[in-house]
Amino acid sequence: MNIGQAFRMAVKSILGNKMRALLTMLGIIIGVTAVIALVSIGQGATKSVTDSVASLGTNSLTVNINGRGSTTTIDYKEAAEFSELEGVEVSAPANRQNATVKFKTTSASVSVVGVTPDYTTAQDYEVSSGRFISQIDLDFLQRIAVIGSGTAEDLFGTDSPIGQRLLINGIGYKIVGVLASKGSSLSGSNDDIVMIPVTNSERLFKSKGVSTVYIKVEDGADMDAVTTELENALYKKFRANEDAYSVFNQADVLETFSSISDTLSIALGGIAGISLLVGGIGIMNIMLVSVTERTREIGIRKAIGAKKKDIMIQFLIESIALSGLGGLLGVGFGVGIALLVSKTTSLGVELSYPIMGLAFGFSVFIGIVFGMFPANKASNLKPIDALRFE
Amino acid sequence: MNAAQKQPTELIRIEQLNKQYKMGGEIVHALSDISLTINHGDLLAIIGPSGSGKSTLMNVIGCLDGPTTGSYWLDGEEVSRLRESRLAEIRNRKIGFIFQNFNLLNKLTALENVELPLIYRGVPAKQRKEDALAALAKVGLDSRSGHRPNELSGGQQQRVAIARALAGNPPILLADEPTGALDTKTGVEVMRLIKELNAQGHTIILITHDLSIAEQAGRVVRIQDGRISEEGGGRREHRASV
Ligand SMILES: Nc1ncnc2c1ncn2[C@@H]1O[C@H](COP(=O)(O)OP(=O)(O)OP(=O)(O)O)[C@@H](O)[C@H]1O
Ligand SMILES: [Mg+2]
Repeated sequence: MNIGQAFRMAVKSILGNKMRALLTMLGIIIGVTAVIALVSIGQGATKSVTDSVASLGTNSLTVNINGRGSTTTIDYKEAAEFSELEGVEVSAPANRQNATVKFKTTSASVSVVGVTPDYTTAQDYEVSSGRFISQIDLDFLQRIAVIGSGTAEDLFGTDSPIGQRLLINGIGYKIVGVLASKGSSLSGSNDDIVMIPVTNSERLFKSKGVSTVYIKVEDGADMDAVTTELENALYKKFRANEDAYSVFNQADVLETFSSISDTLSIALGGIAGISLLVGGIGIMNIMLVSVTERTREIGIRKAIGAKKKDIMIQFLIESIALSGLGGLLGVGFGVGIALLVSKTTSLGVELSYPIMGLAFGFSVFIGIVFGMFPANKASNLKPIDALRFE
Repeated sequence: MNAAQKQPTELIRIEQLNKQYKMGGEIVHALSDISLTINHGDLLAIIGPSGSGKSTLMNVIGCLDGPTTGSYWLDGEEVSRLRESRLAEIRNRKIGFIFQNFNLLNKLTALENVELPLIYRGVPAKQRKEDALAALAKVGLDSRSGHRPNELSGGQQQRVAIARALAGNPPILLADEPTGALDTKTGVEVMRLIKELNAQGHTIILITHDLSIAEQAGRVVRIQDGRISEEGGGRREHRASV
């Protein structure tokens, strides 16, 4: 007897008792549904986090100056010189403050960042209209500003902000450019922002120097080598005080998140394993009942020539068909729930084919493991005893 | 054909066969010292009162159960000590069972029931269907091939069971009270079919309570308390007179 024949026989027997088959599969269906739905939602969340980290660029480094004694910042010119280090493409010092900006009677609370011309490159901003801040603006302390798309919308609606005057902490600035939208990252919206020349910002906020430097590393350069170089330069500058600064690597952050999501996956896998185990026991239970019910059938089959192996395969395929079908239905329901969640909530959902394959494969495996005992019991029945069974 | 009748070839030889069952502390001698030879083409009836050991003997001959002691040659092979998978093969290829209560699978159609022994023999699907339909035609039920057993009359069910026994064209047909569950008229029909099959060359062993049925057989073996005695004189003369 071949497997195809056995499979047809199994399907026939399952279809012969649909309600019982459904109840038998319920454990597996619920288990797989839960796994697929949870993993899809979990991976969606992880992806939105890692995407926002990655949007900063995986080849960027951030230098934070915590300070030493009275020097809590670094001069922006000095910071800009990091770009001369081997492998560094640009070095963009920034001085970020929160402030209230006002246009006519509308006001908004935004981040005001003092920047150099390199800032767009270092932070992957693009200018959607107008121009960005240039070196001349820095040198001549021009009171100009480039605003983020969010700020533009809040203050000007659909009107063009270019050429308008904006009040930052009461001081007027002329808007020369608007940035393209960049969405949100971990540190909040990237679009509710106003950028002014770093020299102006030092004067406006009465703070000398910058405490953050964004470094963009050249493509293909060694991140670790650049990090070491930067640390060496800072080590000299702060006279061997290692607590005065920190160099922050996006790749490290990504790694942390992926390790969190790995832990999450393992936990989900454990839950899945347990629920599938319970489902498997359900299948075994029903298969044992089925073997008893069908003792006579087994006897007849054996009398007309079925071997032990044939009976074994028949029952095993039946339990695999049950668990496999359960797994398939579970994947279907899980995907359905995940899609429903992504439609009705703001949660992102990430469907993973390997996880679906794994969940399905594992339910088939459960069918084999838990079908083995009943199938073995059936195949070991003596034909004469089975025939006599009432 | 004439030559075969004069020198019948041996199909089954049973020597000093015993079958005992342990019931609690007691030992039941279901079969004692059975010796029996059955030739190709025989129609042999086994009669005896209830509990005399007829079914037990039938199960041993059909390789469904092994003897406690003694030997049993089937087609030149000593089967009493064979492995279970080989026994299944023998049941599949050499023996066709016809049971008192038909023993059809109710979830399968008549055709599927008849196909079963061929499935286990590994006959490819197309050939299998042809053979099964031919067997159903032999018992006059080819028009009912799509019916399930519970949609057939008792006589029809028994004819499906006979078709199933015939499908693999085994040399031996074993019938344990094949007419036991049927009324007299259908019983006569089934008996006519069995005699026809015997005339076509099948060796048939028939268990019955009914003396009038036993009389139709070429040989009659009487069994009592697990011991047999043969009636009806020498079988060769008997066959000649049939
Ligand atoms: N599995 C068993 N365990 C114990 N004793 C058994 C078993 N099978 C049969 N026997 C005993 O063996 C004897 C012969 O039984 P068997 O079934 O062969 O009788 P039978 O001639 O077929 O009777 P019937 O005409 O009623 O079918 C009986 O005494 C019975 O009790
Ligand atoms: Mg009996």
